[in-house]
Amino acid sequence: MDMVNVKINGIAVSVPKGSTILEAARIAGVEIPTLCFLKEINEIGACRLCVVEATGARGLVTACVYPVSEGMEVQTNTARVQKARRTTLELILSTHEKKCLSCVRSTDCELQKLCRDFGVEDSGKYDGFRQKYELDTSAAHLVRDNNKCVLCRRCVAACNQQFVSVIGANDRGIHTHIGTAFEKQLANVPCVSCGQCIVACPTGALTEKDDTEKIWAALADPSKRVIVTTAPSIRATLGEAFGMPIGTNVEGKMVAALRRLGFYKVFDTNFGADLTIVEETNEFVGRVKNGGVLPMITSCSPGWVKFAEYYYPDQLDHLSTCKSPQQMSGAVIKNYYAQKMGIDPKDIVNVSVMPCTAKKFEIGRPDEDAAGMPDIDIAITTRELARMIERMGIKFADLPDEEFDSPLGEDTGAAVIFGATGGVMEAALRTANDWLTGKDNKDLEFREVRGTEGLKEATYNIAGMEVKVAVASGLTNANYVMSKIKDGTAPWHFVEIMCCPGGCVNGGGQPTQPASVRNTVDLKALRARALYTQDEAMTLRKSHQSPVIKTLYEEYYTDGFGGHKAHHELHTSYVKREKYD
Amino acid sequence: MQKKISSIPFKGTAEQAAQLQKVIDANKSDRSRLMMVMQQAQDIYGYLPFEVQQMIADGMDVPLEKVFGVSTFYAQFALSPKGKYNVSVCLGTACYVKGSGAVLQKISETLGISPDECTPDGKFSLSACRCVGACGLAPVMTINDDVYGRMTPDQVAGILAKYAD
Repeated sequence: MDMVNVKINGIAVSVPKGSTILEAARIAGVEIPTLCFLKEINEIGACRLCVVEATGARGLVTACVYPVSEGMEVQTNTARVQKARRTTLELILSTHEKKCLSCVRSTDCELQKLCRDFGVEDSGKYDGFRQKYELDTSAAHLVRDNNKCVLCRRCVAACNQQFVSVIGANDRGIHTHIGTAFEKQLANVPCVSCGQCIVACPTGALTEKDDTEKIWAALADPSKRVIVTTAPSIRATLGEAFGMPIGTNVEGKMVAALRRLGFYKVFDTNFGADLTIVEETNEFVGRVKNGGVLPMITSCSPGWVKFAEYYYPDQLDHLSTCKSPQQMSGAVIKNYYAQKMGIDPKDIVNVSVMPCTAKKFEIGRPDEDAAGMPDIDIAITTRELARMIERMGIKFADLPDEEFDSPLGEDTGAAVIFGATGGVMEAALRTANDWLTGKDNKDLEFREVRGTEGLKEATYNIAGMEVKVAVASGLTNANYVMSKIKDGTAPWHFVEIMCCPGGCVNGGGQPTQPASVRNTVDLKALRARALYTQDEAMTLRKSHQSPVIKTLYEEYYTDGFGGHKAHHELHTSYVKREKYD
Repeated sequence: MQKKISSIPFKGTAEQAAQLQKVIDANKSDRSRLMMVMQQAQDIYGYLPFEVQQMIADGMDVPLEKVFGVSTFYAQFALSPKGKYNVSVCLGTACYVKGSGAVLQKISETLGISPDECTPDGKFSLSACRCVGACGLAPVMTINDDVYGRMTPDQVAGILAKYAD
């Protein structure tokens, strides 16, 4: 590799030719502040926070896009540089709605941190015309407040990366704003509700629709039994909201915190994941044996399902009819559990904690109401749970480790790995392998489908049958898979698709990490590792061996996997959607 | 300026659609020709409503929001149709200092539309322009090819009445 020699603040480093000043500085151990820059997806040099002085350059240059050259000397923090950054921040503040006291992003807002770092007061020096924007609250999952937008376009880049590209920059000059085509409400454009724009946003312009007040109200109502379930990936990410290292597994503390919040029962969505696996694997085996539509595609990810409904409405019969683990959990609680405990399901409030904003949309879907009422009543994100814990004054890091409640708290390693891309496929393969060979196979790791790559393919020989699988995460990859299916060139039998790149651990409902972290650390891999480590340590690692699953089919779904009752309560249907209303 | 989006129903014909499809087919191999296609679409329809932008987005395989973003960035693209009679008031320096702002205001009140809008019956559209090269007649207004000089607000109603058909 060709190298060039440069000096960053006097520190001599040799860096690959073509590196930007920002990359060279990082090698030299010098941090340069950025705002609009997101590695690989938003490298546009627009915000000018990363300006530096470089020899050979005429004025200040933007470190995030300016390439280094041999002998270049860079100064990243001169008085001139700092003055330019302060002016930029003052200009951004002049059009920013500064409701910082109660803003949901207060203390983890990147604009706030930059202003603090550079000593920028809200002096009003550049205040003038400011366009006022209406809040867009039309979507089930998020609130768009352009008054807090800094026009960094990180959300636009995230939306482009997710293929749907429903938001972009409209108009020009002082009127420039991030909006949709023909300024439609977000609910009326083909937004899949993935929330990747939220985790990309440096400020409070994009936030999930907060549903915690509904939970506080339910918890305060003595006539309600408020039951909470937590998705597989929450245990791998919740700790981040309390300053713990990325990838810390906080399952025990999370359960303890939920109990202290006052939930009647703390169950694990993992039992729903195990249930999904047995139903889905049964469906897959059935499709293979009976010549059903192949490839079959997983349906756990509501962002992906909504994407398919908008963009591939004629291919919906490829989707498994299985409800997602969230919805299966809710259906079991309001049917099996309510009957068993003699509780009127009307008195149950099912709350789910999800890595996902699309889950807020999913709970309102048709055909997700097995007990004649919504399976899940309130879906909140990891971030909302963290805020509830904070409001309650719980010292999260000091909590003891506690166990989930019985009987819906037991799970298997197969369910735990649902939170990472490839996890659902591996869990299904473990069960399919046992069922088709009629053995309890000891060889249960399907490592080819692991890892954070957006598209993985593998071929397995199961009981003499060649099974070709694909695992896609991120909608650009999903779109590739679907285009192959549509034109009839897809070689696969079984496909897992997760809406968010890397799967649920990187979901749009997970704790936000600033660009400085996102640009330097692989969040997806670190969080996934926590799940695979837990799986390895478990004795039960196959969904069909879960005691909860065994009990459920012995006591309740007595006509078996995919039987009439299971089909009624645990399966759903899909709708063709128009892209623009 | 923020572009105004017309709420007047789209009245495109099958001939226009065929014409646009031809333009798209000739250019869809290269997405960088998006603006050119948009310009030709505007030549065909007079403006770029939702239906036309959607045809362009589908045909050129670019997101609709991208087409819309381009259409709102460049002043040359219109999101409102032109009326049978397009009233254009010059806001160039000479006309402006001679009071064309008040003339524009009066027309706007009389027709009940703002600049860059079209009356619901499709008869009049209003626009503000920059210098028609007749500064000696300031303030100047044009209705299609007719030029009216030394305009005052109280002349507006009488002139518009001439275009009653």
